[in-house]
Amino acid sequence: MSIVRDITKAIRLTFVLWVLTAIIYPLVITLVGQIFFPFQANGSIVENLEGQKFGSALIGQVFSSDRYFQSRPSTVEYSQGEATTGISGASNLAPSNPELVKRIQEQVEQLEQSDIQPTADLVYTSGSGLDPHITVESAYAQIERVADARGLSEDEIAVFIDKHTQGRFLGIFGEPGVNVLKLNYELDVQQASSQ
Amino acid sequence: MFQGFIQIALTLLIVIAIAPILGKYIARVFLGERTLIEPVMIPLERIIYSLGGIRAKDDMTGWQYAQALLYTNFVMGVFVYLLLMLQGILPLNPTNLIAPSWHLGLHTTLSFLTNTDQQHYSGETTISYLSQIAGLSFLMFTSAATGLAVGIAFIRGLTGRPLGNFYVDLTRSITRILLPISIIGALLLLILGVPQTFAAPAVVTTLEGVTQYIARGPVAAFEMIKQLGENGGGFFGINAAHPFENPNSATNLIETLAMISIPAALIHTYGIFANNTKQAWLLFWMVFTIFVILVSVTAIGEYQGNPLVSSILGAEQPNLEGKEVRFGWAETAFWAVATTATMCGAVNGMHDSLMPTGGFSTLLNLFLQIVWGGQGTGTAYLFIYLILTVFLTGLMVGRTPEFLGRKIEKREIVLASVVLLVHPIVVLIPSAVTLAFPNTLSGISNPGFHGISQVVYEYASAGANNGSGFEGLGDNTLWWNLSTCLSLLGGRYIPIIAILLLADSMAHKQPVPETAGTLRTDSLLFTGVTAGVILILGVLTFFPVIALGPIAEAFKIANGQ
Repeated sequence: MSIVRDITKAIRLTFVLWVLTAIIYPLVITLVGQIFFPFQANGSIVENLEGQKFGSALIGQVFSSDRYFQSRPSTVEYSQGEATTGISGASNLAPSNPELVKRIQEQVEQLEQSDIQPTADLVYTSGSGLDPHITVESAYAQIERVADARGLSEDEIAVFIDKHTQGRFLGIFGEPGVNVLKLNYELDVQQASSQ
Repeated sequence: MFQGFIQIALTLLIVIAIAPILGKYIARVFLGERTLIEPVMIPLERIIYSLGGIRAKDDMTGWQYAQALLYTNFVMGVFVYLLLMLQGILPLNPTNLIAPSWHLGLHTTLSFLTNTDQQHYSGETTISYLSQIAGLSFLMFTSAATGLAVGIAFIRGLTGRPLGNFYVDLTRSITRILLPISIIGALLLLILGVPQTFAAPAVVTTLEGVTQYIARGPVAAFEMIKQLGENGGGFFGINAAHPFENPNSATNLIETLAMISIPAALIHTYGIFANNTKQAWLLFWMVFTIFVILVSVTAIGEYQGNPLVSSILGAEQPNLEGKEVRFGWAETAFWAVATTATMCGAVNGMHDSLMPTGGFSTLLNLFLQIVWGGQGTGTAYLFIYLILTVFLTGLMVGRTPEFLGRKIEKREIVLASVVLLVHPIVVLIPSAVTLAFPNTLSGISNPGFHGISQVVYEYASAGANNGSGFEGLGDNTLWWNLSTCLSLLGGRYIPIIAILLLADSMAHKQPVPETAGTLRTDSLLFTGVTAGVILILGVLTFFPVIALGPIAEAFKIANGQ
């Protein structure tokens, strides 16, 4: 008898708490987000001048052309491919795994072929496989290559690197990073408008 | 390097500053004193109690408290399991995901029910929006509240009070602590860039003309309770390393503080209940010291980087494998230690790719379970160690052991021993079985000593209700899903029942008047001895696997192999 009473109580309380935490709470946050902060709430999706969506300000992309700064290596190709749900992922290689050393050697050779001085963030794969940033050092390691391909001076490009560097929070927390997608997009826009 | 350690030191300073404030607030909530949000929450709680059929005045015995907890958890578990298995025909499923396999569904349900949030799946490809918010996020609230209720009931018992009413403690944990902080935090995360939408993944054409699928969803609300409740189960496969869960260093700071604040605060809550803030601060500093040592060891390891890679690059570079540029080595190292210390289990960088010093610290946290410890339960474990220390020192000096004026006798020691013995049993035995069949069962992805760490870590994470993992492990198999279920359940409910019974028997003891011969437990000496007992009991049990895992791996790397 008391078991039935306890279970009934448990079911009733579960239902009430469910309505509060699983229905009301997320709906309130969604409403506030969609009404007051629709850009962030929908994934910071960015559009070009023609109104076409070309990415998210928070998510990186693969760049292989000489005209673009390269992103960090990703084990999931920045979710560009078959998986329509979108994916994320990391190598999960241990520091002692011979595969890691082998992969990094290949990556170093590839970078050297493109005349880029290898840096830590350009040879190590990121945590999410979607990292939008490279270090400032890695951006400068690529500046000559991009400048040559675009026929711009390095000083002109340096201005944009600076503009798209996200600094530390309050000047203290985190590491500065250059947003590769924003930087490359800005270069495209600037060159298109100057022609 | 200097800059990295400044970040860590400042984050620690914020923790030191907010812990007593939050601890005092939690104490007021559970002592029934007036708080600022009472005018809003009292009517809401009345509605909850009347709909739930709960009489708030009834105090429970330890056994009744445990029963109410088990029934409630059972009902919630069944409900969420059904929700997961039916997600294919339920709404809010824009990517048309089908139900997970029965054993993955079972593992996921139990994992979130036990406040572990170990994940053998990737959120993007497995869990619908409805399952995320109405199933998993719901359990994040209730499992955290369950742990908090147990912690508070234990503190009440230790200090000679009636244990209280489980339903009331569960409700109050949500309405007064978890929900208000989550609402504020989720809105902050949202403003800082974390999405909150029910729209399908965005499809865009990249600058180089390729199609990119950008997973999104109602993340902000999920993310905040995930951190605050020490849950740690990511909305996305890659957890808080994903730019949508943790887009910048401001969100990273909020999420880091959210995961440490409640376990750190509960020590101060105890101080107020026991009317002994001196002892609370001593215990706080003891845990803090162990925490700082582990953070330093990990951070130095990540900063120095992988010598095998540095020799290719021609310079010493930090280890950035599995790390995001915006966090760098310092914040990732700090998070890795904080998330395993607090039993949160969220990650902002991959633990599998941490240097062996990071593997050592994270594993040690999972073994000790008291370096802050899980929501509510961690503080209880801390006092279990204290009781054992009282007993041991009592034996040494030949006095009847007393804690807070109550005699520690056979029953208390038996229950305390159960709490501490469950962990090695649910971690080491299944690890040994799995390692005995490396090719068929283990799913190890990294060869050598690291592979041993992968297996032990998975069971330690399940048993400690942490949820992080060395994620290279191929763990979505029948064996892994079911065997970790045993560690999840054993590591959660056996200690909880023992803790509640122990609290009950302490509450009913006649207080013994304090004399000159009483062993004082709020002295520096006693706290030091407690630290020694923790290290001896906790570390020695697990030392062989630490030696075979991270320590052996460190020597191997140092030898340049």
